[in-house]
Amino acid sequence: MKLTGFLLLLGGWIIVLAAIALLPSGPSQISFVLLAIGVEALGLTLVFRAHLIPSRERR
Amino acid sequence: MPVRVAALPETSAALCFLFVLLIPSATAGLALINAGLGRFRNAAHAMLSALCVIAVAAVVYFVAGAAWQGSAGQPAFALHVAGQDWNWIGAGRFFMRGLDLEGWSALPAVLGLMSAGLAAIIPLGSGADRWRLGAICASTALLTGWTFPLFAHWAWGGGWLAQLGFVDSGGAGVIQVVGGLTALSITWILGPRRGKFSSEGVPSALPGHNAVLVLLGCFLAWLGWLGLNAAGAILFTGVPASRVVLIAVNTTLGAGSAALSVAAITRARFGKADASLCANGWVAGLVAVSAGCAIVRPAAAVMIGLIAGALIVYSVEWLELHLGVDDPGGSVSVHAVAGLWGLLAAGLLAVTAGSWLAQLVGVATLLGFILPLTYGLNWLLNRLSPQRIAVEGERQGLDLYELGAGAYPDFQTHNEDFWQR
Repeated sequence: MKLTGFLLLLGGWIIVLAAIALLPSGPSQISFVLLAIGVEALGLTLVFRAHLIPSRERR
Repeated sequence: MPVRVAALPETSAALCFLFVLLIPSATAGLALINAGLGRFRNAAHAMLSALCVIAVAAVVYFVAGAAWQGSAGQPAFALHVAGQDWNWIGAGRFFMRGLDLEGWSALPAVLGLMSAGLAAIIPLGSGADRWRLGAICASTALLTGWTFPLFAHWAWGGGWLAQLGFVDSGGAGVIQVVGGLTALSITWILGPRRGKFSSEGVPSALPGHNAVLVLLGCFLAWLGWLGLNAAGAILFTGVPASRVVLIAVNTTLGAGSAALSVAAITRARFGKADASLCANGWVAGLVAVSAGCAIVRPAAAVMIGLIAGALIVYSVEWLELHLGVDDPGGSVSVHAVAGLWGLLAAGLLAVTAGSWLAQLVGVATLLGFILPLTYGLNWLLNRLSPQRIAVEGERQGLDLYELGAGAYPDFQTHNEDFWQR
């Protein structure tokens, strides 16, 4: 789950880069950037969850 | 946009250098806050760690960091994609060779040198009471030799983010969020302190040992931030030196309104204002306002501070209660959360039409690239040599275990905190 989360974070960033490099300024570019941030939010959630489980086991 | 130092008038450059000299005060302030929020048996270790962090940061930044960071107008590597050049890393020479240290042209590197230490001291708060001194130094070397200069180049050194119009005058992203995300990685890698959570997962309070140190740290941080924001705005946002008056007003208003916001919220929720949270609120206000200190009006600075204060109260609670993050110094909330808010606010509340899309791209880069990078580097380091202190060291206290003497030898020691066996 942790690895998937980090891959989603990186994937989101790559979508951002692709959007600003390849798309013209305008609604489509903004939509892609917002979508990419959504992907990153999902990745961050997974990484937090992945760290929650081992820390509970350690207690 | 970052300016070429050669284009600065002599008086502006001299003023800028004086502001840079105030930055160590912010570092000292954060060191005192981290020491005060930790336990008494780790106090000397916390302060020595801060000193070691600054030492390692200075040496590593001198060796490689300054070369990676570069500055506007200096040589850099660029990728040519979709008909555009994407400047991604500085191509300067190691050991600061090629920098004219007898003129003003090295000012961005000097500011970078001071800022690297400030960024590297942030994770000390989250790893307090359980992080080995050797591991702290190694982690600092990774942060100041690679992670910090890379993002500093992108935002401050004329890199691709600066080309997009990303604004971060005082380093809310470059210093604070980079340090705060490293702090988050460290809490994940080290795990919580023993005795912090019960077997049912309920956190217990392990209060800091010295509120006076924490609050004194806030005063020092304020002074340091005044210098940092002013110098950063002149060098990296290209504002005239006369704008320092607005910057000083905004910096103070941001900190003050955030502290008041925390005091009001904690008073309303718990019946009394919480001193350590108010101190964290003060710093969160400084952090949040740094990004847009030179381009927002004072009323906007108040709003940035008020929201930053509210954010950290709930963020500290949420991270501890729901996400199992044990962050004794509140570094993740104060530096990462408030810093991210500050970056967005700079785009939304700027006097001139803000490039909020560039700010959004900056935030996405910090979360999507810097967090995996800093986590990966520290994870590798932990695989090579565990970063967490041995169980015996945590029980005995880092002062005795790693340094052989406590910070307060004349104090009568007692079992000041709950210890689960």
